[in-house]
Amino acid sequence: MPSLGADMEAGTLVEWKVAPGERVHRGDIVAVVETQKGAIEIEIFEDGVLRDLVVAPGSRVPVGALLARLDVAAGGPPPALSAAAPAAPPRAAAPAPVPPPPPPIAMPPASRHRVTPAARRRAAALGLPLEGLRGTGVEGAICLADLPQAPPRRSSGFDPVGMRKAIAAAMGRSKREIPHYYLSQTVDLTPGLERLARLNAGRAPPERLLPAAMMLHAAARAVAETPELNGFWENDAFRAAEGVHVGWAVALRGGGLVAPAIRDADRLSLDALMVAMRDLVARARGGGLRGSELTDATITVTSLGDRGAESVLPIIHPPQVTILGFGRIVERPWVVAGAVVPRRVATLTLAGDHRASDGHRGGLLLARIEALLQKPEEP
Amino acid sequence: MSTAPARITYREACREAIRAAILADPRVFLMGEDVGRYGGCYAVTKGLLEELGEARIRDTPLSESAFVGAGIGAAIAGLRPIVEVMTCNFSLLALDQILNNAATIPHMSGGQFAVPLVIRMATGAGRQLAAQHSHSLEGWFAHIPGLRILAPATIEDARHMLAAALADPNPVLIFEHIMLYNMEGELDPAVQGVDIASARIRRPGHDVTLVTYGGSLFKTLDAAEALAREGIESEVIDLRVLRPLDTATIMQSVARTRRVVIVDEGWRSGSLSAEVAMRIMEEAFFELDAPIRRVCSREVPIPYAAHLEQAALPQPGSIAEAARGLARPAP
Repeated sequence: MPSLGADMEAGTLVEWKVAPGERVHRGDIVAVVETQKGAIEIEIFEDGVLRDLVVAPGSRVPVGALLARLDVAAGGPPPALSAAAPAAPPRAAAPAPVPPPPPPIAMPPASRHRVTPAARRRAAALGLPLEGLRGTGVEGAICLADLPQAPPRRSSGFDPVGMRKAIAAAMGRSKREIPHYYLSQTVDLTPGLERLARLNAGRAPPERLLPAAMMLHAAARAVAETPELNGFWENDAFRAAEGVHVGWAVALRGGGLVAPAIRDADRLSLDALMVAMRDLVARARGGGLRGSELTDATITVTSLGDRGAESVLPIIHPPQVTILGFGRIVERPWVVAGAVVPRRVATLTLAGDHRASDGHRGGLLLARIEALLQKPEEP
Repeated sequence: MSTAPARITYREACREAIRAAILADPRVFLMGEDVGRYGGCYAVTKGLLEELGEARIRDTPLSESAFVGAGIGAAIAGLRPIVEVMTCNFSLLALDQILNNAATIPHMSGGQFAVPLVIRMATGAGRQLAAQHSHSLEGWFAHIPGLRILAPATIEDARHMLAAALADPNPVLIFEHIMLYNMEGELDPAVQGVDIASARIRRPGHDVTLVTYGGSLFKTLDAAEALAREGIESEVIDLRVLRPLDTATIMQSVARTRRVVIVDEGWRSGSLSAEVAMRIMEEAFFELDAPIRRVCSREVPIPYAAHLEQAALPQPGSIAEAARGLARPAP
């Protein structure tokens, strides 16, 4: 019994394909053996004459057991009886052993799944194993109805299902573990926006500076001055970060969001920051974020944009300890020098990890951001 | 011309198609057994001899080989003959002419001779005409390169396919199912012609595709109606053109429904239904979510006795049962 696989210990001889006395040649199929992998045809590796069949069909024998005897020496003439006794007809005294009727050919193993072509293709696309599925199709076949819907559409580098899970895990952990405190402050952006308008005059739309860049510019510099809010809560202690790497929250088309880091945002000029933000948004939505960008952020900023809400109470991204929110810029009546005048304002919010910092410190950060926005420096 | 839909029988639509073709083109004429004085064995040509005269409506001797051959010669010589073969069962007497001459001469002559011939035949069972008058042999002719095979099932196709067939420079065979001649329906006068290239979806549905043609179309539509009452929406494709097959329409439907039943009054073995099924395997295997099923005639010479004849043919019940087995497999 040949070994038909490293894990094979025994096999069942199903059928002899040759009769005793028959001449065989290297490569001929001489027997069929049933293994755990199905019925396998057994080849012979030598020329010769098969003398006797030791194992009867239906017998299960271990690997290495003798199945039959092959007379390799009987190379030349066919083993005919007639040469010795030309006149003697074959007699019952020397009966050519009649091979017993072969048992029915073994059926394919029962583990073979019936799967419709469409279902097999969808399962492959989903990466789903077919084992364990119950078929409800024709003749019990696994059909499309037995599989989940079409494979999740992979768009440009991120997996929405996986992303949702990651967001769920991070936000769930944040709300379970982090005692948030929230602060908010409405800031007059009119001077800064007027400056932006001056800077943007003459610039083509793709090069214009957006209000979000101005706010982020102020926030990054303010964070650099309040290191207690820039870092991580790890092992029941706060660890300050080495630099200000701002995670910039980017909403993805089709759902989900990602907050890749702009490294050393506090040291970038307004123009450089704008370039970095555009690049990050394009790569976040089109694919191509680097792994480090997804892990380096020391603080997160979320800006709701010009179609967003007026303010946000954000959730801290663990292990960070602070997140800042920029609301939509709105025109509101504002008191300036004792007079009510229309001004363009936005509400800045801060959520802080109360284990790492206190509201007073957070308030100082918001005040510093406001101050920087009120007195925009020329780059 | 009236723009209101006219009620008309399939037989009248066939007759009007012939009449209009003859009136429109002096090269067109009709010949066949009993088409003139008798008015056609299925009365399609009744009255045409009186109206159009003996030069255009010609009775022939009872020799299919002779008058089909004459039609081929007339076509090669520049006329546009319409040859009526009484039933497709008799067309075997002209098979040599159809295969070895009509389908072949354009190719063997290197395109020097076109054979713009149209042959009309009645096909199918259902009128207790027994085995020598009831078979559906269109699938055999659909085997032959060089022929275009049409199976008008609707009144519109009966009315308009002939003109398109006459415009084709190659031989075209039209199979008219005998059970359709009495069917009455509306003919939209706004439709002035049809193509002879495409299949049509006669009923849209998303659960299972029923592919059929000719006399089986309305049985299949009846089955689809019954299935719809059970909540199974079947899409019924009328092949219309049996050669060359419009496989694109079939494959698009299979991609939607993923289940197929082919209904063919021909015998199952080596049949057009086998060809359609194999095309699906070749072109849309991975769309399939169930085995392809077929409903064909029993493999017997069509019996004479009415109950046996009906039992031998595809019926709405057997079609619906096959579709149900795919759309709602038994647990």
